[in-house]
Amino acid sequence: MFARWFNRRGWSDMVIGVPYFWLLIFFLIPFLIVVAMSFATRTPTAPPYGYGGENPLLNLAGYARLFTDVLYVRAFVTSLINAGVAMLLCLALGYPMALGLTRVEKAWRNILLMLVILPFWTSFLLRVYAWMGLMGSNSWFNRLLTDGYNWLVPQSWAMNNIPLMHTNFAVVLVMVYTYLPFMILPLYANLERLDPTLDEAAMDLGSHPFAVFRDITLPQSIPGIIAGGMLVFIPAAGELVIPTLVGDSSAPMIGRVISDEFTSARDWPMASSVAVALLVLMVGPMMIYSHFQARAQHREKTE
Amino acid sequence: MSESLVRIEGVSKSFGTFQAVKDVSLEVAKGEIFSLLGGSGCGKTTLLRMLAGFEAPTAGRIFIDGVDMADVPPWDRPVHMMFQSYALFPHMSVEKNVGYGLKHEPMTAAARQARVREMLDLVQLTEFATRKPHQISGGQRQRVALARALARQPKLLLLDEPLAALDKKLREHTQFELMSIQERTGVTFIVVTHDQEEAMTLSDRIAVMDKGQVKQVGRPGSVYEFPNSRFVANFLGSINAWEAKVMSIADVITVDVPILGQQINARAVEGLQVGQSVSLALRPEKIAISRVPVDGANVIAGEVKDLAYFGKDSLYRIALPSGALISVHAVNANRGAEEARVADWNDKVWLSFAPASAILLTE
Repeated sequence: MFARWFNRRGWSDMVIGVPYFWLLIFFLIPFLIVVAMSFATRTPTAPPYGYGGENPLLNLAGYARLFTDVLYVRAFVTSLINAGVAMLLCLALGYPMALGLTRVEKAWRNILLMLVILPFWTSFLLRVYAWMGLMGSNSWFNRLLTDGYNWLVPQSWAMNNIPLMHTNFAVVLVMVYTYLPFMILPLYANLERLDPTLDEAAMDLGSHPFAVFRDITLPQSIPGIIAGGMLVFIPAAGELVIPTLVGDSSAPMIGRVISDEFTSARDWPMASSVAVALLVLMVGPMMIYSHFQARAQHREKTE
Repeated sequence: MSESLVRIEGVSKSFGTFQAVKDVSLEVAKGEIFSLLGGSGCGKTTLLRMLAGFEAPTAGRIFIDGVDMADVPPWDRPVHMMFQSYALFPHMSVEKNVGYGLKHEPMTAAARQARVREMLDLVQLTEFATRKPHQISGGQRQRVALARALARQPKLLLLDEPLAALDKKLREHTQFELMSIQERTGVTFIVVTHDQEEAMTLSDRIAVMDKGQVKQVGRPGSVYEFPNSRFVANFLGSINAWEAKVMSIADVITVDVPILGQQINARAVEGLQVGQSVSLALRPEKIAISRVPVDGANVIAGEVKDLAYFGKDSLYRIALPSGALISVHAVNANRGAEEARVADWNDKVWLSFAPASAILLTE
């Protein structure tokens, strides 16, 4: 009986099947549970939800609140803006770094690439705490900035310290710091594959170096920009730890809202609704993009 | 030689301790097809890249149309290059590729469009204008690269191994196409190639390069028939070459060739002295092969050791009593499986050649 399964075909099916099986067990089923939970009603039981009341199986109260309660709308807007700004800053910082990496000698390249991923060797939390230490109002860093600021501006504008902690600025700063490698690495992988003779050809045809970048390098690196952008934007939009530790608690991001609903408010259906809405918000554009990408590829192949 | 377009004066280029180009001086005339011929690593591509402006000479100067190119960046040179890989922009259509250089020209959109049409017409690719480079064949890509390089009407076109990526049949066809396009546009071509046949058919003149130096410059016929060194003789076509010693100098020069065990008469050349050591070189196709004894000065007897049948001709390898081998090329003028051959394996044969065919080389 086994012999019938473990032929070549069987093996290849199994190899392909394992990741699907993994995704089914650890992603799709939990996600369906969350979706089901989002349609439930909050109850004072354990677990704190149940199916009953007016709309036993399809209670849309949670989703309705998403649009009516300003807290959620603001949380979504804050998250999208913070993640968007962090992504753009990562792109602005990461693109020159990735491009620079492709232009240095092979021997240096590996060392520099290692420096890019070096921060991952220390705990993420530790690095956020380090930033908290730097930005705190009594830190040497903050005092230095404050002194510099006071020296530059007129007396009446002087401050005791610059409020860095518990601001959206701090959230974006730490997110850029944390997610920068996720922008650099896909961009580097993309830029590294580009043929340098194309740059020479453009130069030969009369283009100054900037025009070469604009006409040749940039258009060819769009897949890398999109990949890096998604790798930064998606986790940044759902980020919980950074806004909790350095963010403004009066204007929470969506990750914080989900966490609060689950824990302190014990409103699991509401938390699930927010989570599902976030997923739709993230996956929607991605699916549209990959749909167009696949269609473009299909068109290129058939033409 | 007519008016010169390119003047290369004592140009050298080093990469670290490696000297890629050593003291090269050349002049290329307007409207000429000039080939740089040599094996890989002989410095021909480096020389081409210096003309395009991608590398700066370590020493020496390059003038194009009388202007010193030392401080002229690639984008300001009146020179365009056709890259060996063609370097077509993969994200642009064929017409965008061809029109790319025209973006920098002060001309109206309509004029630009007309110029692109004209170039596509020249290389017969009008119907492929909207295709992307990966949607056309290798031969078509080569023509797009040519059209792109010619669109801005450069004074000089540099072609880096223009035919290397094409298969044999297409290569022959494209050679003639290149020549006719050059004739119609009047643009000066400098072609880098490792293929001696390509260089011979395409070029008005050839520079044979070896180890960063120019060994000989001349018309294809004169470089082939009158090589100035064993390297050049060997690189252009094949050659039989042996050590020899000058015995006497008169209307003909008589040399003693120890490995042949006899003396050979060669046409007189300047600057040789009696007793001097030289090389005697013989092209395989200049030797006549016969199955019956022949009379004359330059006759060598031997035995057919090997023969290779190529269809239109055959290559014979003749063993001499001393063990030396002579290559002889003979046309298969008669028809028939057996009759075509001039001689067969193990046949005793007599080889003969005119004194004018014997080349004496001092290098």
